[in-house]
Amino acid sequence: MNSPSAALTIGGVTKRFGGLVAVNNISFTLPANKVLGLIGPNGSGKTTMINLISGALKPSAGAIHLHGDSISDRSASEIATLGLSRTFQIVRMLPGLTVLENVQAGGVFGHRRMWGTELREHSRALLQKVGLQGVDDTVVSALTYIDQKRVELARALVADPKVLLLDEWLAGLNPTELKTGIALIEQLRTEGRTIMIVEHVMDAIRSLCDTCVVMNSGAKIAEGTPREVLSDAEVIRAYLGDIDA
Amino acid sequence: MSNADTHGDTKPTAFAQAMLDLRESAVLSGTEKRNLAICAIVAALWALLPLFSTGYILSLGISITIFAGLATSWTLFSGPTNYISLATAAFFGIGMYTVAGGVNLLPYPVLILIAAVAGALFAALIGLATLRISGVYFVIFSLGLAELVRQVVSWGQHVMGTSSGLYVLVDRSDSVFFWQLLVFTLVVFLVSWWIGRSRLGFALRIIGNDEVVAVHCGINTARAKVTLFIISSTFAAIAGALVAPRWSYVEPTLAFSPFLSFQVVIMSLLGGVHRLWGPLVGVIPFTIMWEFISAKFPSQTTLLLGVAFLLIVYFIPHGFVGLIEDFSRRRSGIWAALRSKWQAKGGGHE
Amino acid sequence: MDIIIIGLLLGGTYALMAMGLQLQYGVARIMNLANGEMLVAGAFGTFWFYSATKFSPLISLAVIVPLAFAANWAIYRVLITPLVRRAKSQGQLEVDSILATFGLSFIFVGGLLALFGGDYLSYSYLARPIFILGQPYGLNRVTAFIGALALCAGLYIWLHKTRAGLALRAVAVSPSAAGLVSINVPRASALAFALGGAVTAAGGSLLSIFLTFDASLGVVFTLKALVIVIMGGVSDIRGAIVAAFILGLAETIVASLVDPGLTLAAAYVLFIVILLIKPEGLFGRRSS
Repeated sequence: MNSPSAALTIGGVTKRFGGLVAVNNISFTLPANKVLGLIGPNGSGKTTMINLISGALKPSAGAIHLHGDSISDRSASEIATLGLSRTFQIVRMLPGLTVLENVQAGGVFGHRRMWGTELREHSRALLQKVGLQGVDDTVVSALTYIDQKRVELARALVADPKVLLLDEWLAGLNPTELKTGIALIEQLRTEGRTIMIVEHVMDAIRSLCDTCVVMNSGAKIAEGTPREVLSDAEVIRAYLGDIDA
Repeated sequence: MSNADTHGDTKPTAFAQAMLDLRESAVLSGTEKRNLAICAIVAALWALLPLFSTGYILSLGISITIFAGLATSWTLFSGPTNYISLATAAFFGIGMYTVAGGVNLLPYPVLILIAAVAGALFAALIGLATLRISGVYFVIFSLGLAELVRQVVSWGQHVMGTSSGLYVLVDRSDSVFFWQLLVFTLVVFLVSWWIGRSRLGFALRIIGNDEVVAVHCGINTARAKVTLFIISSTFAAIAGALVAPRWSYVEPTLAFSPFLSFQVVIMSLLGGVHRLWGPLVGVIPFTIMWEFISAKFPSQTTLLLGVAFLLIVYFIPHGFVGLIEDFSRRRSGIWAALRSKWQAKGGGHE
Repeated sequence: MDIIIIGLLLGGTYALMAMGLQLQYGVARIMNLANGEMLVAGAFGTFWFYSATKFSPLISLAVIVPLAFAANWAIYRVLITPLVRRAKSQGQLEVDSILATFGLSFIFVGGLLALFGGDYLSYSYLARPIFILGQPYGLNRVTAFIGALALCAGLYIWLHKTRAGLALRAVAVSPSAAGLVSINVPRASALAFALGGAVTAAGGSLLSIFLTFDASLGVVFTLKALVIVIMGGVSDIRGAIVAAFILGLAETIVASLVDPGLTLAAAYVLFIVILLIKPEGLFGRRSS
């Protein structure tokens, strides 16, 4: 089950909120150096899944392993130190800190612990990499939405995570920004990062993902390459409803 | 283990990590050296106060020094986290009572140490119970804490049959007393400064901004908050232990007066809680003004303190520091505007 | 047995006081640290009314409740609204309102000290025994209990049977969603805050029939009301009522078996137990 190349292994994970089963017995594997897309209609349990992996929520049943370490019973901060970073569906900035400090925040107690000059230089380099220059000392509220998303991505990358979770990182961008965004993730992919993305933008799924997992009403309904799953009859039905309805 | 080549799999022990952190924060930048030097000069000048004056001015100096220490240590925790503690008096009173209760049994320095330990333990208990959950519960908990400890102390005295008032007679001249407090306040400053530039201080600022982000950045938020709360409260307990001999008569209603908690909060807010020197800027004018008000209107102090508090919350929400920084920003803004206007004009002539 | 009955009688009045705070915190989202001072003001008002007119303290409610309503409406409009406007986030509003109402509590205490002095105030009304199950209890306690129960019931019915009550409950669930269905949220919040203050003052009035008050007691009552609200769950009136009875009982047990000076300790012990075991309140569901 835990093959050496598996970065993230989800084994039979279930999450119940009272009587509601938000995630129902889901299993899949994210191989190292690959990009996995988690897709599905609204309310299908994708964000709950991200929250379960990152430790914001605890699964009701099942196990999650990060490079062989069980993380399903660990706190979110421990999971982060073990090498899992995430962004948020609605961007979360630290409004009282500068842009550079926002990025540095990810590296103080993160997977790769840094401080002082090392952290500063590394954070600057990452800001450049995500395409933000000359705004190090600006307050984050002065940034545009996509720039805030860039900051959040840099913050997630600064601790050099083994697995990166992007929760609808491309949502809310205009077509030009979207192209830039996809190119940015593409660049991370060619560097060999292990990434799991939750996304509604199908262009991104097609061009970025090695494999796809499709969820509907908390259950996994398909898994495979983007081409396979997007032509799957059940997936089409989940998104569009029954043809004859 | 064969996977030692990847990052983070060979984690140093907690102690070794702490030592590493200590070493990396021991390097001072030029500005920091300069600021430390300025700080040392100001402290040295302030230390000369007893040589020039005694009586009224010296006692005012003592008040300023003690409140500077208390307000700075309050800000150490409540400033970056926005967790408003209304319980300074509880810890101050614990320190004071430790000294009052043991002054005939143990030497004074030992009592100060015991007071610090008692304050730390009490803070740890409260921190562990309340700081793991949201901030409001902590504020509520701290609101009645001084009153709770007062009730328990009174009850304890009642059960043991001791009288409620205790005398603390330690032979100290006002000058020695002043220097003692000055050393205390300097220690508070240095510790706050050092924490402020450490990982822990940065972690606390992240927590104050967004606790969810902090957790996902790998910060053990509960541990960071409890640690800082313990440090801050320990200082309050030590302050109580140091002040006890000056009061010479200690009783529960005096030692646990909620007034003290209130004054510490108001002074810190007046100065500004996001800079190390902020509380100090609030403490000096407020103490002097308060001395005047309580002499002039002794029966209206509570009312006036409340009014002063509201004025600060509504009109200077970021304290004097906020005002000063706004002003300097606006001034540099005006300069920049003038300069660009000037250049534009110059460009037009060409 | 008599401990239980005295505890229940006390709990009834506590329930009223906690409902006042719940309206302010649950609906208007203002953590009012001056709540206890409003209660003391109500108690002092009744004391003054009774000493001056010798009419029943229950009649004083007819004066005190409208006055407290008006005063709290004004406080919300003048002091709280600017904070709501300038707050960038819920957290910021929380910090600001805590600070503002904390300052306000000192103004109240100062005002009460200036008007009534720092002495303990009490008066004697219906200080006769009434026999329940063969045991004598103060008729004043029973009167206050019945009065509190009547007000609680009235408030409960008002909240559940009228349009205005429905609007308030809607704001309690979600201010933004309530705004979308054309509920005037600022108005509903002001109403809830004012009503909460009036209910709290009424609680003070009733408590003053059998308790002794002084100007500095407010903070203790604020804390008790907060503990009840946290224990019962912020948005659940039934929870608050049950919690009020639990606190009333716990206090009476501590007061009669250990020491009457330790009632606050009883509240704190309950507080800690709740924080450690069920921070979402007795009837609250753990949220995600």
